[in-house]
Amino acid sequence: MIFYLIAFGIVVTAILTIASRNSVVSALWLVACLFAQAILMVTLEAHLVAAMQVLLYAGAIMVLILFVIMLLNLTPKELKWKFIAGERLILGSGVIYLAGVMGLALWIIYKKGASFVPAAGGGTAGTVEAVGKLLLTKYALPFELVSVTLLVAIVGAILTGRGK
Amino acid sequence: MEYIVLSVIIFCIGVAGILLRRNLIIILMSVELMLSASNISFVAFSKMHGNLDGQAVVLLLYVLAACEAAVGLAIIVGLFRLKGSVDIQLFRDLKK
Repeated sequence: MIFYLIAFGIVVTAILTIASRNSVVSALWLVACLFAQAILMVTLEAHLVAAMQVLLYAGAIMVLILFVIMLLNLTPKELKWKFIAGERLILGSGVIYLAGVMGLALWIIYKKGASFVPAAGGGTAGTVEAVGKLLLTKYALPFELVSVTLLVAIVGAILTGRGK
Repeated sequence: MEYIVLSVIIFCIGVAGILLRRNLIIILMSVELMLSASNISFVAFSKMHGNLDGQAVVLLLYVLAACEAAVGLAIIVGLFRLKGSVDIQLFRDLKK
């Protein structure tokens, strides 16, 4: 039951994220969505992941995005609702697309029922110790490679954003 | 099952945001939404299989999301410098 409550919150905030006119409002809805996802991860016993979701995703990344939105300082003209092509056509097809996705998802849940079965025997609590040990033993190589990726991204962002 | 369906729904909302909106920043946020949808299914699979591998991968994915946001925002700032707007309809130089 609590899952459906959180899932409803996540879906509503996600739709509001892409439907908000103003980018700042949109970013704040995305923060709410990521926060709700963190709550969902707590219910799945992924405690470290939930904490990192709030700190890194809803914290650091969203602060970066909000900072850039403030930096660009868009005029009210820029904030108008804009679509790729004809407004009616795009809005109509978007609504049909989202309604189709939702309908399909509800149909699957209705047809198959709630078949999510957690593995027996516990041992899935994502504590800092357990996940950290896994990250530095089995996933040591990906961990190092991802740090290289981060370095490349930093250099790339500086070079791209430096301008002339 | 419900977790995967939820993940698919969020992913599709992100796709809709990319396809429908013209604001570059909102398109970047839609990409973040799609990335976060994959996190949900990773954590759900981790719980389903009774090991922690999925959660370890999610922690690596956060770093990749941060990389993507940093590079994407740098590109957006560069494009804004070029045209003075973040409307993707203006960026059609390759079409000429």
